[in-house]
Amino acid sequence: MNEPKTLRAKAALLSAFFLAFILVIWYTATLPTKTAAPTLTAEQSEYAKLMGKDPQAGGGAPSKSAFPTPAQMGSTIVGHLSDPFYDNGPNDKGIGLQISYSLARVGLGFSLAALFAIPLGFLIGMSPLAYRALDPFIQLLKPISPLAWMPIALYTIKDSSISGIFVIFICSVWPMLTNTAFGVAGVRREWLNVSRTLQVTPMRKAIEVILPAAAPTILTGMRISMGIAWLVIVAAEMLVGGTGIGYFVWNEWNNLSLTNVIFAILAIGLVGMALDLVFAKAQKAVTYAE
Amino acid sequence: MPNEYRSGEPAGGFLKIENLAKTYIPGAEPVFDSVNFELAKGEFACIIGHSGCGKTTILNVLAGLEAATAGVAIMSGREIAGPSLDRGVVFQGHALMPWLTVRKNIAFAVRSKWPQWSARQVDEHVQKYVTLVGLDQAIDKKPSALSGGMKQRVGIARAFAIQPKMLLLDEPFGALDALTRGTIQDELLRICRETRQTVFMITHDVDEAILLADKILLMSNGPRARVAEIVVNTMPADRQRATLHHDAQYYRIRNHLVDFLVARSKDLSGGRAPLKPPFVTPGLQAIDLAEPGVEEPIAVKPVQLQRVV
Repeated sequence: MNEPKTLRAKAALLSAFFLAFILVIWYTATLPTKTAAPTLTAEQSEYAKLMGKDPQAGGGAPSKSAFPTPAQMGSTIVGHLSDPFYDNGPNDKGIGLQISYSLARVGLGFSLAALFAIPLGFLIGMSPLAYRALDPFIQLLKPISPLAWMPIALYTIKDSSISGIFVIFICSVWPMLTNTAFGVAGVRREWLNVSRTLQVTPMRKAIEVILPAAAPTILTGMRISMGIAWLVIVAAEMLVGGTGIGYFVWNEWNNLSLTNVIFAILAIGLVGMALDLVFAKAQKAVTYAE
Repeated sequence: MPNEYRSGEPAGGFLKIENLAKTYIPGAEPVFDSVNFELAKGEFACIIGHSGCGKTTILNVLAGLEAATAGVAIMSGREIAGPSLDRGVVFQGHALMPWLTVRKNIAFAVRSKWPQWSARQVDEHVQKYVTLVGLDQAIDKKPSALSGGMKQRVGIARAFAIQPKMLLLDEPFGALDALTRGTIQDELLRICRETRQTVFMITHDVDEAILLADKILLMSNGPRARVAEIVVNTMPADRQRATLHHDAQYYRIRNHLVDFLVARSKDLSGGRAPLKPPFVTPGLQAIDLAEPGVEEPIAVKPVQLQRVV
């Protein structure tokens, strides 16, 4: 009882130490550097004056890196978090709003994929014929990068926002489909025999026996799908633009605001972690001990 | 179930197995063929034989889970062609749904049999059968929280709860320790006597068969295994596990069963067993062979005892 507690405390301490270490490295790496004033020839000094620069001050001033210091980063974070949902037009929206756009796309694409993949996975898992017939297609389509579908989606759908949702759909489908099929096919023979001897109707068998038996595997597939969807949405939004956290990252890169880019990266990581945590909880809830 | 019992029914008429055979690989020798036997209503039959002789297949055919290659199984005058709620099955590995509590596991079966029942009716029925196997304390526990013996009790309660005409047990106590097995055997015996249940049970335990069964079906080895002999248990019907071994008949029956398993089951393999199994009463040997209703046992030719590895 005491042992894991001290272990956890030690781990927390070590994590804090690593964080501090990273911050110190960051801080020292972004310290302003004072470069010695280059010795200019008379001509160069004259040229500098002609260009409206002060040859005495120019070289001697501390040159600042474009990379933000931890302090700048901190104030940016506070700034973003103090007003996450403002909307000042298409190119200036709060981080909360951008993440909401991304989450809505992921949620929609993922839900559509679940509605499609879970019933189809049931069919494939229960019917060896369907499995054999559909397996070549699944094997061929599964390794395709979801972004490769983007041109076809844009051409056929003619709407960048829906195309983004389609890309999320297509990348979420495969892990859910294969895991559902695997889980359904792996339901223990004896549970099926129990329902057969009890003359359980096919619908009841699917809902009361196969679904709970395969639920842990299905949830694993959903968790993997959600992870991939959150990875893909950033890239997809960089391509289609308009709204979303991916667009925000690209827009801030065009603004040359590395501070905002780093902030967006942190936000993406945190949201991804939270999504994974939700599915881990759900997975735990449906897992049964034998 | 006494009201269902028709006295006019010929003895052994309830379940009829005729020339049952199963071939797994087409063209190869059948695992068993010409399996013939009959059971009367309320009878408890145990089937004993070496692994691979097809006992479980026969049970699966009776359960309707598997189809035989040839022959028929007839219960109450109707051919068994698929699973039915008239036959309850207790599986070897208990086969409880691990995500459901004991109550819900049994309710699952009860709702299958009586879909029109209200939730209260189902629950009352479930509780009755949970009490029957003595698991009131564990009714809201999941199977993972139960011991092996308790799990098997739930399996038995589930099979009894649908009030089947016949109960099929596939080596239900194989995985239990000797003490637990003894207790559950006693319980099963009590419940079967109370309900006059017809039972067909697979076992590897000779003592279990003598305690529980009215008839012990001895199966020869495969390929072409058959029910080679039907041992009629002539011990008193109220026999108890505790006093069983004091009865003089006990060792005669036991020796007969062990001799069969050790030597004769092999000699009778490959279709050398008789097509119609003779009834034998080793328990009455040297006492009285001419008991009414029991066919005289055929002379069993002595065989050399062989060491089986």
